[in-house]
Amino acid sequence: MLEGALFISYLLLSLALLCALVRLVRGPTLPDRVVALELMASLTVAFIGVYALSNDRTAFLDVAMVLALTAFLTAVGFARYLEKGGHRGDQ
Amino acid sequence: MSPLSWNLILALIWAAVTSNFSGANLLVGFVLGYLILGFALRDVPDFARYRKKVPGLFLLLGHFLRDLVVSNLRVAYDVLTPTHYMRPAVVAVPLRAKTDGAITILANMISLTPGTLSLDVSSDRSVLYLHVMYLDNEDDLREQIRKLEDRVLALLE
Amino acid sequence: MINDLLVSVMLVAGTFFMFLAGIGVLRMPDLLMRMHATTKAGTLGAGLVMLAVATHFLDAGVTARTLAIILFILLTAPVAAHAIGRAAYFVGVPLWDKMLKDDLKHRYDPDTHILGNPDDDKHP
Repeated sequence: MLEGALFISYLLLSLALLCALVRLVRGPTLPDRVVALELMASLTVAFIGVYALSNDRTAFLDVAMVLALTAFLTAVGFARYLEKGGHRGDQ
Repeated sequence: MSPLSWNLILALIWAAVTSNFSGANLLVGFVLGYLILGFALRDVPDFARYRKKVPGLFLLLGHFLRDLVVSNLRVAYDVLTPTHYMRPAVVAVPLRAKTDGAITILANMISLTPGTLSLDVSSDRSVLYLHVMYLDNEDDLREQIRKLEDRVLALLE
Repeated sequence: MINDLLVSVMLVAGTFFMFLAGIGVLRMPDLLMRMHATTKAGTLGAGLVMLAVATHFLDAGVTARTLAIILFILLTAPVAAHAIGRAAYFVGVPLWDKMLKDDLKHRYDPDTHILGNPDDDKHP
């Protein structure tokens, strides 16, 4: 039963990543792309969780922790850049 | 030292004495420590206030978790229905919390509860700006935020 | 057996919410509404998957790491949404034209970055 759940999880996460990728490419503005990137980061965290379950390997959970941290820093960095007069990207 | 740190130290001592540092055992130690502090030091005002705060914390946590699940079902509904039913708006809501900690906790909880997303706080800290997915009645929204704020303030001030 | 069932349910529910976040980011008409989907559904989704991991391994080290991840996501997702939303107002990201009202419009001072409040209109 766990195998089936893992298969569904991989499928749903991949579809979600695809949606986020489409939004990342289409934009239209830089904040939209940052939101899509942030979602991709938390999707990757979930991916690592599912991988840890399916392979019985917990070593990658540390990577998930660091990824959750850096994704937040990225978002704040982009926000700072925009606020200090960055280009919004669709003009 | 604050009552909370005393309680945490008691929990750690419990874990050390039973030589089991698992999360469940630490929780047992925390509950036991809370009962001991609440009973033995009930005449000390600091500890008496602490005794009343801990149930409030768990109540807040329970409400928060329920709100998080409800808000996700709402988002699920939003995402799967056609967008023309939505009535989004940015609304200013009066804010009574003044400390950084209280405002942060309140804003985070608002962001994770159904239909609302906190955007910013005015520089004089009198108003909180929210984005709402479905604006039916502004007064209802203010009332809902006021209730949540009461709970946060009761815990922190 | 019960454990496996619990893990499976949490996994599927969590990834389903993340899938909804993906759909939401793709379908919602403007930036603020997309952030609704990513902050709420993304947080609960990742949290549920991490809970499933903790339930499956039942090990102190793994539990500590998953709880740290959950706590971190709960704390940072709304803050990141606030930072991006604020920045979006400064650069003037176009919002959905069917918005009922926008109290935040023109409230930011573009030079000093001070945010006013609605009382400013009554006694300037």
